[in-house]
Order: sequence, then C-alpha cells, then structure tokens
Amino acid sequence: MTQAQVAQGHAPLLAVRDVSVVFGGIIALNGVSFDMRKGQILGLIGPNGAGKTTLFNCLSRLYQPSSGDILMEGVSILTRPPHRIAEIGIGRTFQNVALFPNLSVLDNVRVGAHARTSSDIVSDSLRLAWVRRGEAAMNEKVHEILGYLDLEDVAHTTVSGLPFGTQKRVELARALAADPKILLLDEPAGGLNHEEVYVLGDLIRKIRDDRHITVLLVEHHMGLVMSIADHVVALNFGRKLAEGTPAQVQADPDVIKAYLGSKDQ
Amino acid sequence: MSAAEEVVTEAAAVEAVPKRAMTLGYGTSLVVLAALILTPLFVKNFIIFQMTMLLIYGLAVLALNILTGGSGQFSLGQSAFYAVGAYTSAILMEHAGMNYALTLPVAGLICFGFGFLFGQPALRLSGVYLALATFALATAMPQLLKLGYFEHWTGGVQGLVVTKPDAPFGLPMSQDMWLYYFTLAITIAIYIASVNLLRSRSGRAFMAIRDNEIAASAMGVDVALYKTLAFGVSAGITGVAGGLGAIAVQFVAPDGYTITLAISLFLGMVVGGVGWLPGSIVGSAFIIFVPNIAEGISKGLSGAVFGVLLFLVIFLVPHGARQVAIIAQQLIGKLKKN
Repeated sequence: MTQAQVAQGHAPLLAVRDVSVVFGGIIALNGVSFDMRKGQILGLIGPNGAGKTTLFNCLSRLYQPSSGDILMEGVSILTRPPHRIAEIGIGRTFQNVALFPNLSVLDNVRVGAHARTSSDIVSDSLRLAWVRRGEAAMNEKVHEILGYLDLEDVAHTTVSGLPFGTQKRVELARALAADPKILLLDEPAGGLNHEEVYVLGDLIRKIRDDRHITVLLVEHHMGLVMSIADHVVALNFGRKLAEGTPAQVQADPDVIKAYLGSKDQ
Repeated sequence: MSAAEEVVTEAAAVEAVPKRAMTLGYGTSLVVLAALILTPLFVKNFIIFQMTMLLIYGLAVLALNILTGGSGQFSLGQSAFYAVGAYTSAILMEHAGMNYALTLPVAGLICFGFGFLFGQPALRLSGVYLALATFALATAMPQLLKLGYFEHWTGGVQGLVVTKPDAPFGLPMSQDMWLYYFTLAITIAIYIASVNLLRSRSGRAFMAIRDNEIAASAMGVDVALYKTLAFGVSAGITGVAGGLGAIAVQFVAPDGYTITLAISLFLGMVVGGVGWLPGSIVGSAFIIFVPNIAEGISKGLSGAVFGVLLFLVIFLVPHGARQVAIIAQQLIGKLKKN
C-alpha cells in the first residue's frame, strides 16, 4: 500500500468542520463537526428543528454557513455554486420528492446525468455526431440504472402519474445517474408505509454495497436509521448531541432526554 | 412563479401524452409538408403571400413556445425582438446593399445577443413579473425606433421600404412564390433544429428548470445560463422571423411592431398548445385568419366576434391544438380497433 492509499483509507470522504448557521438572531447550527468515511451509511437524526435540514442544505450549497467549513476529499465545497456540487460527486434526493413532473421517467434520469455530460446549443440543434455518440453512451448508462432500480416498465411514463413509492425510486435513479460518491438522502422514509420502509432500507444498503456509494441519511424514522446506519450523529437545537454506533447513540442519556424529555422537566 | 407554473401544469394535465409529446409522427409530418409544398401551385399570389406570413408568424410563435413551453419563462416582449430582426434586415438591405438571404443570419445573431442580454435582468423575475418586464420592452420598442438619433438608419416614423427579391437563377416563378418557398425552407430548417434542441441535453435542461429549478440545479444544471440561453434562442428565431417579415411585407415602420403583435404571438402559442411545437403553425393560422373571419361575420363588431371565437376556443379546447391532436389520435386508435 502506498502512502496515498493509506492516507485515503483514513482521511474522511466528507468532513463537516465546526459549521454554524445563523438566520437573523437564530442559531440554526452551532459548531457541528463530524466525518464521513468511504462506504459508510451515516444516519443524521434529531427531533424537529434540530438543524438536520439546515445541515443538509449546507451540504447541497443552498445555505452558506456563517462559519466553519465542509471538505469533500480534503477540498472545501463552500466556494462552489449549487449547480457545481453534482460534478464533484455529491448527489441528493429531496424530502417530498422534487422530480420534473412533466418529464418521463427516462428524461428525469437523463437530467440526472447532466453534470457528467457536455454539449452546447448549436451542436445540440444540429445533432452533430459527437452529440449523438454522447447521448447513446448516456442512454446506455441510464437504462442500466433503470434496470437496476426496476424502473424499465415505466421508463416512458410521465412521473406525475406514478405512485409515491415509485417516484422515490425515480429520484434515486436520477441521483445515481450522476455517478455520486456520496448520496445525501433527505428523509427518504417520509410518506412510506411500514413495509415500504424496510424495502427502502434494503435498497439503500444494496446501493452502498453494489455501487460503493457513501450515504448520508437524514431521517426521522428511528427504525430505519438504527437498522441500516453504521454510524449515527444526533443533533438537537443546532448542536451535536451524540455520535457513535446506533447502539451507543440509542443508549445515550442526552439523546433519550431529547426525544422523550426527562423526569425533572 | 405561480402563473408560469399554472400554465405548465395545465398543459401537462392532458393525460396520455404520446411519447413524441413535442412533435408529430412521420406520417403526419409528411402530409403537412406535402400540403405546404403543393398548395401555392394552385392558389393566387395574395393567398401565397398570406401563407408566407403564416410561416413567418409560425416561426415567431415557435420561438415563444421554446421559451415558455420549454423553459417556463413568460414573454410579452416578442414584438421587440421581431422588430429588431425586421430592422436589421431592412437596414442591411437598403443601406448596406446586402443580399436579403444573408441579412437573416445577422438578424438572428443580433437578436440572440439582445435576448441573451435581456435574459440577465429577467433572471431575477418569474411568472407575471417577468411578463410585465417583457411587456415594458414591447412598449418601449416602437418609440426607440422613432428616435431622431437613429433616424438616418431607421427612417424614423416613416420607416423603410424594402425591395422584394426576384426568384434566383431565372426560375419561372413569381416573387411571392419564390419568397414563400424560401421562407418554407428556412422554417423547416428551424423547426427541425428546434425539435433537436428540445430533445437534447440542453432541451432537457430547459424543461428541468421549468419543472423544478432547485432540483435542476442540484443535478448540475446552470439555471441562470440555461434561462438566458432560452431567451437568446427564442429572440434569435423571432429575429429571423422579423427579417423574413420585413422582406415579405416590403416595409418596416415602428407602429408595425407594437404590443399588439406581442399579444397576438402569445395568443398564437396558447391556441396552438403551450409546449407543443407543431401547434405553432395552428396558432399562427388563428392569429392571421380568425380576425378576417370575424370581419366577414360583422364588419362593425369584428373585435367582439373575434373575442367570442377566442373565448370558444379557450373554453372548448383549453390546451389548444395539441388537445385536438390528442383527441383525433385517440379517435383514430378506436376506429382502428373496431
């Protein structure tokens, strides 16, 4: 093993360093730090208003932290505009599904590959040979993903007409089309029934194992987080409350207090 | 945002949109093409002139369709781009003695630049607010063209007279017929390029922005770039249409390019079906011929009759010609089964 490989094995893929976010006078995040290692499924939990979504939005560059830094493979992402996050390997899904409702499943997933392809309007209008080759290569990849997530049957269906659970799979497919190194999942279990949540858990694990993608799971659903996460970070009132294996975090008195309240309150 | 989204979601409310939602099948395309090629051989020059205008306005409606149906941005300012295209062609032909055909790419490029630049401030606006900003552009344009400062080139209030070109290579056809086929060739080329564009990576980026800007951005789509590009492409095509219009009408004057034209083009887009490119020609036919039909019904009340006809169309087929096409397709499908 060379030095570089050793270093890669130990250096975090994504590092959140002392991140604070202040809206007006409200401190939404207060000095939160944690690391994500390659191949991990990291669960980010916390009660409502704990700052999970704020942190998530910092990672996808919708919010700018007031202080602190976020490093992807050692390089700060905070200088990048939101549309240049996909190209460094950070993919995401949205809390209540944010697909392109009037496009087909196929086109939704094709848009997912936008960051991995290139073109210009003149070449596109003329359908030049290199554009056609690029589209053919992309279509092959897109169909592989549709097959992987069992979406081939609905490939040509407009997404607005699909059941919610299927739409969530389309969103995953769209994120995978950008070849992410890290997949940020914002409350993927929301709106799913008991059985669907377990199917989803298996799917997330399968994606991690098959495609070597690191997963950040922001989730309310304790059962899902505790069953699939390798590592859990608990937030409350914008601060990191606890961090460790699911069992450790579950047994942490502060976490129990945050979720259930304490006797002396 | 709300108004733009309303139109877009309504357009999508037509269920069972065929796979080639933006275009026609090959069979239908060939029939339409044959009709467009053969009809002028059997009709009078005035009808040929009207067919030329049908194609020209069709192009302008198509341009608006790319902007609104494609990228979800509103414009009531298309008349301004049309005017810039028309004046560019007219000035180049009359002052610089340039060949009429060569003036069109210049008009297209200048309008692309103009639209791209206008798209920059427009980025901060959406829905009705964007519509109002473009409305301001349309209102300002005729007065800008009348300015004394530009009078040497624009001819001020008088406008410019443009010479109609003869058929080249001694082809035995009238000026009107030549111009018609010339316009038809350009229209077909632009239509094919537009279809290609909307089916490509760029077109998908437009539609992704139309449907969900934040998600589009998370997928790596540079929202600002593609929104301004959509404005540029739309203005560029409108500019070519304007240049062709100047050549066909043989005259440009500031009052030919008022807000009425912009509203007509908008109307044409809605009647043709927002986001459905072949509908552009139907929308164009509506804005050219229906006012004449209205006048035929009642000279004194032609405006009111036009209003009633428009109301009927919007009431009966709110999604325009696209809806008619889908209904027809379903009927044919049923007949085939029986």
